[in-house]
Amino acid sequence: MKAPDFDYLRPANLDAALAMLAEHDGNAVPLAGGQSLMPMMNFRVAAPEVLIDLADVAELRGITRNGDHVRIGAMTRYVQLSKDPIILADVPLIGMALPHIAHDAIRNRGTIGGSLALADPAAEMPALMLALDAAIEVVGANGTRLIKADNFFLSYFETVLEKDELITAVVIPTASNTQSFGFCELTQRHGDYALAGVAVSRTDAKYRIAFFGVADRAVRVAALEDTVGDDLEKALAHLDEIEFTDDGKANAATRQRLAGVALTRALEEMTS
Amino acid sequence: MSRFVDIKLRVNGEDVSATVPSRLNLVDFLRNDLCLTGSHVGCEHGVCGACTVIVDGDSVRGCLMLAAQANRADITTIEGLADNGQSDALQAAFTNRNALQCGFCTPGMLASALGYIDGGGTADRDAIRKHISGNYCRCTGYQSIVDAICDVIEEART
Ligand SMILES: Cc1cc2nc3c(=O)[nH]c(=O)nc-3n(C[C@H](O)[C@H](O)[C@H](O)COP(=O)(O)OP(=O)(O)OC[C@H]3O[C@@H](n4cnc5c(N)ncnc54)[C@H](O)[C@@H]3O)c2cc1C
Ligand code: FES
Ligand code: FES
Repeated sequence: MKAPDFDYLRPANLDAALAMLAEHDGNAVPLAGGQSLMPMMNFRVAAPEVLIDLADVAELRGITRNGDHVRIGAMTRYVQLSKDPIILADVPLIGMALPHIAHDAIRNRGTIGGSLALADPAAEMPALMLALDAAIEVVGANGTRLIKADNFFLSYFETVLEKDELITAVVIPTASNTQSFGFCELTQRHGDYALAGVAVSRTDAKYRIAFFGVADRAVRVAALEDTVGDDLEKALAHLDEIEFTDDGKANAATRQRLAGVALTRALEEMTS
Repeated sequence: MSRFVDIKLRVNGEDVSATVPSRLNLVDFLRNDLCLTGSHVGCEHGVCGACTVIVDGDSVRGCLMLAAQANRADITTIEGLADNGQSDALQAAFTNRNALQCGFCTPGMLASALGYIDGGGTADRDAIRKHISGNYCRCTGYQSIVDAICDVIEEART
């Protein structure tokens, strides 16, 4: 199908974009790479009255390293992340995950900000932000907020983002020498959304482990993180705390098993 | 208000300007307004790859990009790739290997495969399969397509 009719606006900068969002009072939707929004509109599960194309908003672009963290503009495309020397050196976990996100043609347009705003529970980026202890920078009429990834995702396609707010960037601590990373994702076909996947970051003996594709959002399980360094078997028992998705692709029991397999493999292949 | 958008772009080396409905997607604009019917329309939600075109050097889903977003872009369709000779070797290999039957997927498959070849991809069957996993073919079973891509890479090396 084709998308229903809408007004197309293309603000030249961030202030103009925020003013347009406020003016249309909940009826306007930002357009980033369009790799999720366009299919939703073509399916007619989304029918915004106004689209605000963020393509010309320079404030949302760029990757910079400031001291002990890396800032990635919301409109940074997956393909840019995959080639960026700062990302490859200082946020290696992103480089490990990117080949699993969709296909070339989608990665050439899709953006990090779009993926986080969408909050698809099977998407990789939200889980990466949890594992990396990232913060999401958000701007709206009431100013700028920096929200920890742990507090950003609420449920299926739901975040704390208000309708008049935009994600401007994510801020990620740079990898230290004592840190190592793991990633594993299980799909039916390469590039598909995950049936179960996991992103792991370890600092000394401390783990941050975020699962995706398994529940209503990317999730961490504190008891699992605390025990995994000593006893994997015991740690996996804490997967019981997740309310696993049960759908046509895989039932809850299968997903729980796959989550365990993904974690085991990710830990076997940790970077050193 | 802004249900129509003025755009200026380059398509296969020629300057084009048009006023398009904001909801018009790029592949429909190329097919219906510019009569470049080489790009096909399958699923219209980004899954099948039949609509793949090159935008500013990168392969892109023509059904997931608005014509309005293509303002100031440089677009190459399969017609352009054929005219400038870029797809000659691959098209010949597809013919040799019987890598198409109905041909519906072929323009998108060629565009994706060229991205792999020109990006320095090797004749590694697994890697090629991963790369074209975003392009559906309902006729060939993919083996012959992978054969054709390998042929082009191996010929270029010798
Ligand atoms: C065939 C196919 C396979 C895919 N496979 C995967 C996969 O395996 N894993 C995966 O993670 N994704 C996958 N995707 C989705 C893809 O990653 C999307 O690009 C991504 O989810 C959204 O990014 P976008 O820039 O395209 O956002 P858009 O589609 O433009 O926007 C998505 C949503 O975010 C909002 N938004 C965008 N930017 C901002 C901002 N700066 N501030 C506030 N709100 C904003 C929009 O209003 C919209 O609601 C797939 C897509 C397709 C078509
Ligand atoms: S028509 Fe665009 S991907 Fe299927
Ligand atoms: S040749 Fe018929 S779909 Fe590929």
